Amino acid sequence: MAREEVPVIEARGICKYFGAVTALEDVYLKLYRGEVLGVVGDNGAGKSTLMKILAGLYPPNAGEILVDGRQVHFSSPRDARDLGIEMVYQDLALAGNLRIDENIFLGREQVRRFGPFKFINNAESLRRAKEHLDKLRIEVKSVRQRVEELSGGQRQAVAIARATAFDAKVVIMDEPTAALAVKEVRKVLDLIKDLKNHGIGVILISHRLDDIFYVCDRIMALFRGRNFAEAPLAETNRNEVIGWIMGNRSPVAQAARILDLN
Amino acid sequence: MSTATSEATATARERSLRVRLIPYIDRFGILFLVLVMLLVGAITQPDVFLTWRNLSNLPGQNAANAVLAIGMFVVILTAGIDLSVGSVLALAMMTTAVLARDGFPPLLLVPLPILIGMTVGLINGLGLTKLHLPHPFIVTLGTLNIARGVGNLVSGGVPVSGLPEVVRFWGAGNIPIGDVQIPVSLVIVAVLYIGFFIFLQYTRTGRHIYAIGGNPQAARVSGINVDRTLILAYVLCGAMAGLAGLLVAGRTNSGFPNAGIGAELDAISAVIIGGASFFGGRGSVLGVLAGVLVIGLLRNILNLNNVQVFWQQVLIGVVIILAVSLDVVRRRVGSASE
Repeated sequence: MAREEVPVIEARGICKYFGAVTALEDVYLKLYRGEVLGVVGDNGAGKSTLMKILAGLYPPNAGEILVDGRQVHFSSPRDARDLGIEMVYQDLALAGNLRIDENIFLGREQVRRFGPFKFINNAESLRRAKEHLDKLRIEVKSVRQRVEELSGGQRQAVAIARATAFDAKVVIMDEPTAALAVKEVRKVLDLIKDLKNHGIGVILISHRLDDIFYVCDRIMALFRGRNFAEAPLAETNRNEVIGWIMGNRSPVAQAARILDLN
Repeated sequence: MSTATSEATATARERSLRVRLIPYIDRFGILFLVLVMLLVGAITQPDVFLTWRNLSNLPGQNAANAVLAIGMFVVILTAGIDLSVGSVLALAMMTTAVLARDGFPPLLLVPLPILIGMTVGLINGLGLTKLHLPHPFIVTLGTLNIARGVGNLVSGGVPVSGLPEVVRFWGAGNIPIGDVQIPVSLVIVAVLYIGFFIFLQYTRTGRHIYAIGGNPQAARVSGINVDRTLILAYVLCGAMAGLAGLLVAGRTNSGFPNAGIGAELDAISAVIIGGASFFGGRGSVLGVLAGVLVIGLLRNILNLNNVQVFWQQVLIGVVIILAVSLDVVRRRVGSASE
């Protein structure tokens, strides 16, 4: 199970406390290039908190984060984004009043220089957004549409396009299919497979085991803020994963986890 | 059968026409209102309304509101509000007048009111972002009182008249172009509105202001420095309030401590009539200009027709409610035809 390759992102001994509440205690995570890692756990298991730490939104109280084997410190999501760590938030974090392309490039607008001044280059923004959506085979009527006019699935696609517009290495997705119609779920999952084929590492948080078993290479479970179990998809099954979420561990899986950590 | 089909296509065509028209109504609907008002003015007072003598008064009368409104617009775009601008106008105006009386170098009197406005704006911005006051209503309500009080303290609460030429020029001067005297206030408003249009549409910071109004969380996780952008918005708004103080001082050749009472409400009215959303992220500079014109023309036409001044207030209130309710109806139609 141990791989020679350096993980694209790795978390070691992450602890996070909110006042007296322990959200995460000594949590480890590894993700390799082109791998889809499913993270499961009950509500409050610490999944979202861990992802927000990896994305630079929260600082951890203890532990370290390594990107391509080098230790990093994120003081904001911008630091993480600069290193190619992108997050697609559960509430999507899109500005409904802005156009699709404006959302894709929000915070990293396409500009043209005039002496000391920089002006937004709308033509370039629209062109590159269209190009990027085409590459991901995301269909929209026009990139000029405001995001509030889009369906849930289209918004999710825009959020993913946003995360991958600039050489992302890692895309973290928090419940990307939770709010979608059945028809749209498959599209988003296929999009995740596309990202994987482009060599991007994906961390997928989901309550839907169908999603997890459709796209993931490996599954990791958190329970009450700690690592609980972990296995390649091929070596586990739905019943075992459901057990993990509820805090039941089979001896086999436990052994696998110990081997992997060492 | 065929009638039913052709009816269906007719409805579809009508609907798609409506869908295509909506963006234009969105953009130019308020300008239509301005045209209607020009027409009403021209019909009710054909001999006076469209004369240069009347129209050339409009920039002077409305410049202060135009300047306040564009600053207010930036703040409202961020889903904020600045109640202090009327008091800041008075503070800037009084300080300028008092210092002019005391022999302060006249050239420094021009940037001074703007700097005063920026200072209060900075306090508003810092109060909102660093003291984490729950809503900009609170901090600007505070500075509304503080600025008004300080303005009275500076002047002892009495008016001061007689300002240097350089100050009067800004509020009441004219620039001759051929035979026409172009009011300086008109030039200022034109330059500012073009400047703000470019700022909001074509700079990253301008885009971020819209984004913050649309979804502050999205702005934050996109790496936008939300606090810094908000502070800038309030500083800009304060600067405009200070400039408005300079314009009113120049126009009236004086400083009076009661200046600008309620001016913040006129500015907010202009922004809202102009189609900006009170909840942030929506609106255009052109709309704000139209909103200012609607209020200005309404007053002008009512004055020309000798309508009692109290009726003006009633009508402005009616226009606010009508303009916003039309907006609500239009949005509902717009989303229904999606």
